[in-house]
Amino acid sequence: MVLSEQDYQLIAEIQGGLPLTSHPYAEIGERIGLDEQRVIERIEAMQASGVIKRLGIVVRHHELGYTANAMVVWDVPDDRVDEVGEKLGALDCITLCYQRPRRLPDWPYNLFCMIHGQEREKVLAYIDKLVNSEGLNTIPHKVLFSGRRFKQRGARYQ
Amino acid sequence: MSLELDEIDRAILNTYQGGFPICERPYQAAAEQLGITETDLINRLQGMLDKKQLSRFGPMYHAERLGGGLSLCAMRIAEEDYDRVNDQVNAFPEVAHNYARDHAFNMWFVLATESPDRIPTVLQEIEQASGYRVYNMPKKQEFFIGLKFEV
Repeated sequence: MVLSEQDYQLIAEIQGGLPLTSHPYAEIGERIGLDEQRVIERIEAMQASGVIKRLGIVVRHHELGYTANAMVVWDVPDDRVDEVGEKLGALDCITLCYQRPRRLPDWPYNLFCMIHGQEREKVLAYIDKLVNSEGLNTIPHKVLFSGRRFKQRGARYQ
Repeated sequence: MSLELDEIDRAILNTYQGGFPICERPYQAAAEQLGITETDLINRLQGMLDKKQLSRFGPMYHAERLGGGLSLCAMRIAEEDYDRVNDQVNAFPEVAHNYARDHAFNMWFVLATESPDRIPTVLQEIEQASGYRVYNMPKKQEFFIGLKFEV
């Protein structure tokens, strides 16, 4: 999808959130000189093309009680990355699953997934269980819980 | 920890993380689905924003399709330098979020730049400011999209 100057203006205008008013798209339009219908059309088009992945609530999981936030990293043989990544991605508790480059010798892990839970013990027990149920015993992994969070905001676009 | 969420708040959170109506009166349309009034929905969303349970109510963009750069970066910082480096890293507007994690690689942050070729430049600037190496780990493949919390 080719984005126009106007689209980028719209993208910047709504990135902090939609106005919480009766006619939010009309209000956005007024700020950037577009009519309501045009704003609706462009947002729909950007959503259809995947420029907007999702529109809606972006939660702060920590404030919702999900304080045990684990990044689980795996050192998967290259020829098994697809198989293991798809397996992990399909599990309910796993919210993100990416293949990333190793940084040898310091960092051998090439598959990253996130698990958000309410307690560390439960997250660890869940990981033990999935290692067994998914047959991942031979694949080295590490669990990195998050400690202090210093910054959380979306990316900013001009 | 009391979240002070009632059944309707939970329904709002569970329903509208995945999408939101795009029409003239979207809050009205969403409220109808939930069986509440538009004003009630708006007030509840505002309340959850005020309590910082929501980070925002709006779009999540696909950085690469916007022409932007995105990467996960990690650093190994000595305990005595952590606060200093943390301040230096967070001062970069391109750092979208930053978490401490319990591992030798103890600082993890996401870089979001307006164009992909800015990523190496910013990494270098962070290395120069901090005196520490930055490990760049951009995604090679994504297996699952969506970050959804049942509450």
